[in-house]
Amino acid sequence: MRRRGGGVSAATDSPGRGRYIGRGLPRPGAKRLLAGRGRYTDDVVLPRMLHAAFLRSPYAHARLGAIETAEAAAMPGVHAVLTGADFARICAPWTGTLSHFKGLRSAPQRPLPTDRVVWAGQPVVMVVAESRAEAEDALEVIGIDFEELEPVVDLDAARAADAPRIDADAPDNVLFRTRIEAGSTAEAFAEARSVAVDLRFGRHTAVTMEPRALVADYDPAEERLTVHQSTQTPYQFQDIYARHFGLSEARVRVIAPDVGGSFGMKLHLYHEDMAVVGASLLLKRPVKFTADRMEAFASDIHARDHRVRARLAFAEDGRMRAIEVDDVTGVGPFSAYPRTSAVEGNQVVRLIGAPYRLSDYRADLTVVAQNKVQMSQYRAVGHPIACAVTERLVDLAARELGLDPFEIRRRNYVTDTMYPHRTPSGYTFERLSLATCLDRLHALMDYPALRAEQAALRETGIHRGIGIATYVEITNPTPAFYGVGGAHISAQDGCVLKLTPAGDVACAISITEQGQGSEAIVGQIVAEGVGLDRDRVRVLTGDTETTPSGGATWACRGAGIGGETALQAARKLRARILEIAAAILQAEASALDIRDGAVTDADGSPRMTLTEVANLAYYRSDLLPPDVSPALTVAHHFAPRGYPFAFTNGIHGSLVEVDPETGLVRILKHWVVEDCGRIINPLLVDEQIRGGVVQGLGAAFFEECRYGETGQLLNGSMTDYLVPMACEMPDIVIRHVETPTQDTELGAKGCGEAGTAASSAAALNAVNDALLPLGAAVSQLPMTPERILRALGVV
Amino acid sequence: MKARAFDYRRVASVAEALDAYAGCPGEARYLAGGQSLLPALNLRLDAPDLLIDIGRIDALRGIAVEGGALRIGALTRHAETLASDLIATHAPMLTEAAAYMAHPAIRNLGTMGGSLALADPASELPACMRALGAYIEITGPAGIRSVAADAFFRDLFETAIAPGEILSAVRVPLGRPNTRMRFDEIARRRGDYAMVGLAAHLVLAGDAVETARLAFCSVGPTPVRAPAAEAALAGRPLEPESIAAAKAALAGDLDPDDDDTLSAAARKHLAGVLLGRVLSGLGDGRLTAEAA
Repeated sequence: MRRRGGGVSAATDSPGRGRYIGRGLPRPGAKRLLAGRGRYTDDVVLPRMLHAAFLRSPYAHARLGAIETAEAAAMPGVHAVLTGADFARICAPWTGTLSHFKGLRSAPQRPLPTDRVVWAGQPVVMVVAESRAEAEDALEVIGIDFEELEPVVDLDAARAADAPRIDADAPDNVLFRTRIEAGSTAEAFAEARSVAVDLRFGRHTAVTMEPRALVADYDPAEERLTVHQSTQTPYQFQDIYARHFGLSEARVRVIAPDVGGSFGMKLHLYHEDMAVVGASLLLKRPVKFTADRMEAFASDIHARDHRVRARLAFAEDGRMRAIEVDDVTGVGPFSAYPRTSAVEGNQVVRLIGAPYRLSDYRADLTVVAQNKVQMSQYRAVGHPIACAVTERLVDLAARELGLDPFEIRRRNYVTDTMYPHRTPSGYTFERLSLATCLDRLHALMDYPALRAEQAALRETGIHRGIGIATYVEITNPTPAFYGVGGAHISAQDGCVLKLTPAGDVACAISITEQGQGSEAIVGQIVAEGVGLDRDRVRVLTGDTETTPSGGATWACRGAGIGGETALQAARKLRARILEIAAAILQAEASALDIRDGAVTDADGSPRMTLTEVANLAYYRSDLLPPDVSPALTVAHHFAPRGYPFAFTNGIHGSLVEVDPETGLVRILKHWVVEDCGRIINPLLVDEQIRGGVVQGLGAAFFEECRYGETGQLLNGSMTDYLVPMACEMPDIVIRHVETPTQDTELGAKGCGEAGTAASSAAALNAVNDALLPLGAAVSQLPMTPERILRALGVV
Repeated sequence: MKARAFDYRRVASVAEALDAYAGCPGEARYLAGGQSLLPALNLRLDAPDLLIDIGRIDALRGIAVEGGALRIGALTRHAETLASDLIATHAPMLTEAAAYMAHPAIRNLGTMGGSLALADPASELPACMRALGAYIEITGPAGIRSVAADAFFRDLFETAIAPGEILSAVRVPLGRPNTRMRFDEIARRRGDYAMVGLAAHLVLAGDAVETARLAFCSVGPTPVRAPAAEAALAGRPLEPESIAAAKAALAGDLDPDDDDTLSAAARKHLAGVLLGRVLSGLGDGRLTAEAA
């Protein structure tokens, strides 16, 4: 079906598909990557390039004494041995606070420490050499005097009155506290029945296939810094490098080539980043650093690490009334920069209970420092915690009341007549499709048959569990997210479109690509918006010099904000093409259309190709009337201005089988019904969901950064940090409901975090459903065999 | 992470390998499949001066039945173990074990001799050798000697191989027709080191178990035999009562340590579960899992 005039009409609950928008087309770049033709940061080799390696602290907390570097400096191939003092002169410190998190404290950070180390794995000395191997050779002969200090490891110990302080200038180890209060929960709990949970969520980390990497290249002749970096936010790093090294932003260029996964991990500033840039400035040569896998575990941000105590008050008829929450989260020694480590906890306490009608709500958040790797935003920031807490409470209430998990949710969802709906925690939902998704999931799972099968199998000693979990997801953030707090993080995107002389379209856009298909969907939108074949649109991203500045890719904003930007830019280019064509054809532009790369009459009969239009504008502009511009390059910037966030929703179902003898869980199947608004490419949405589900199941069953009592990370390799792998993963069945946002013409919201948001919660409910007849329950993620055996009382 | 610089020499014969080792003034290591050695070098846990690549020595290859034993050359890749008809016929426990060993890319390179010489107690093959009553053939400057698997694994990553010697082959005595064997393990993910693994080898006389050899991996510093559980099976038919007796006796055989993902108690419990399941499976279909 061909749609006319760009064909994007979002003002409907069941949008039709366009020529490209809504089509499951493969990513144009996928074949290149599969063929081994990707060019990642580590593939960048520059003339006179040097290699960096870091000596890292073996202690979680120690005072730094003398550093002996003379022998290392004399090693073969070594150009420099740099310590904290070398960088203190050239790099202004950074502090991970933002003004909208009132009271958030954090210690200023420098590339390398000058007095204390605060986590095991913290880089202390940098060697820059002709090769990475030579740099590592030199690390072996560096001597550092450490005076060990008592480490702060446990969440409760960190808050004790006599706890050693990580930041000597701070009164305690609490970085941030906040309370949200709506109504009177005390009254509600006094009057109603209630259930309670005490849930623990382990630390895990991103484990991108491509680790962090950057090549900093300072050219003193032009006083120009170029940084090739594996990141999702090149504009943010351009700003940071310019400000902290005192460079003109115009002379700083950040290029993100192919990026092998990021998941939020690659938008934080790392100490090594600043050291590498600083080393290039000092040595006036390109310097490369690629984190190896052990360095990734010991320095990439970790995620989660929460202990949440919560309770839910409900009436005899199953009506939910109030929730109280106390979330304590450990974020490592300081708050991450530039987005802070308060966002995850803040989203936990604001998302709990969000899909349900609640009259009273109170939540306390305490963000605690510890001598561990920094914790900050990672895919689905806060959502999996909030979802697990909420959905476990809902299941417990259902059990108390003898209600089915589907039924209690149906009775308590925010209903279709309530939109726009404001939650007690202050979020506003434009429109969700909670009950629709619930019903779709019920049918999709064939829920009654699953329950019957479960009952029959229990008779034979097989313990299956069924769990569901509803989520709402924060997408399309406005400046309310970071900008209002003073962060130089854009909420808008820019897109430049050029009709080339050959009649193709070149698109430069500020959202970025890390393998999820950002470039693919932009190409589809532009092709449809202009009216030419998809393969005639080339999309360029990830270079601050050649693309417009904007927000880039994070927090589920690429499709919703970047996509709308591309659509409106395409409208502008289309209008330009039609104006030029109309002048030549002596027709009214409004009577012309663009289809399949040709300007046509309203009835579709072709009048001239885009190649002819472009040829004319570029080479024979003398034929155009004087008042018609030959320009075929347009720019458009867009920032959402309506709701602060475009909330999405959906529901997951999980079927598991618990072996009560071994504590092992077989994940048999997973279902998702999701609503991310207008879908641009269902294939890519499915893969976003599927990958997200797997990450959530990793958190549920496998992934955990384990620490010993002295703050040592105990598992820093792929042997003992268990990522979910294909053999253990179930089939994942996905269906879509589309409720476009009215804030944009495109109507798209985000989908990148929806898979991760609820899959661990669904699995938690499923395992507990299986354990119920055995009189056991688990309340800690990941649900390891040991923890399940302990819950069962077997050991 | 990059290895410290080292010299590399590929040799064509065992004699040449031994000479290279003897002639090295510093530390030398034999390199076969490299699946454990190379990571150790890159992590700088080991930094030899010389790597002697024995990977092209034909005399260390081959799987054959000779002299009443199945001889498996040290360079036999795990993928070859998995695919070998001779092994499947005479020591099917090894075929089963190989399927659990890591992933295909590792199995294509990792070798029988390398795995045994490393003697990681969490590995499958060392436990299998003890259960099979195999002999490890070691070649050194003084010639070839043969060490029973029970005497070969001495401590954590320590074997009967002396410095400079090469593990050249293993010999598995051919089983009698009434032999039953099985390898199985309990792991959190396919291909991981097991939480506990069991190589079980039973010889039956009529209905009764004549001898039982049970060797566990991942429960101690070496592959661990379970003499009390073996004794509980001997002389009795393989039936729910004898299996329960073996599980009960097993508690005295194993003394694992706590580690940060699995307590000693949980590991012992899992060993008992695995023993019950493996023995039930070896009961030739007459026993069900529930009965154990």
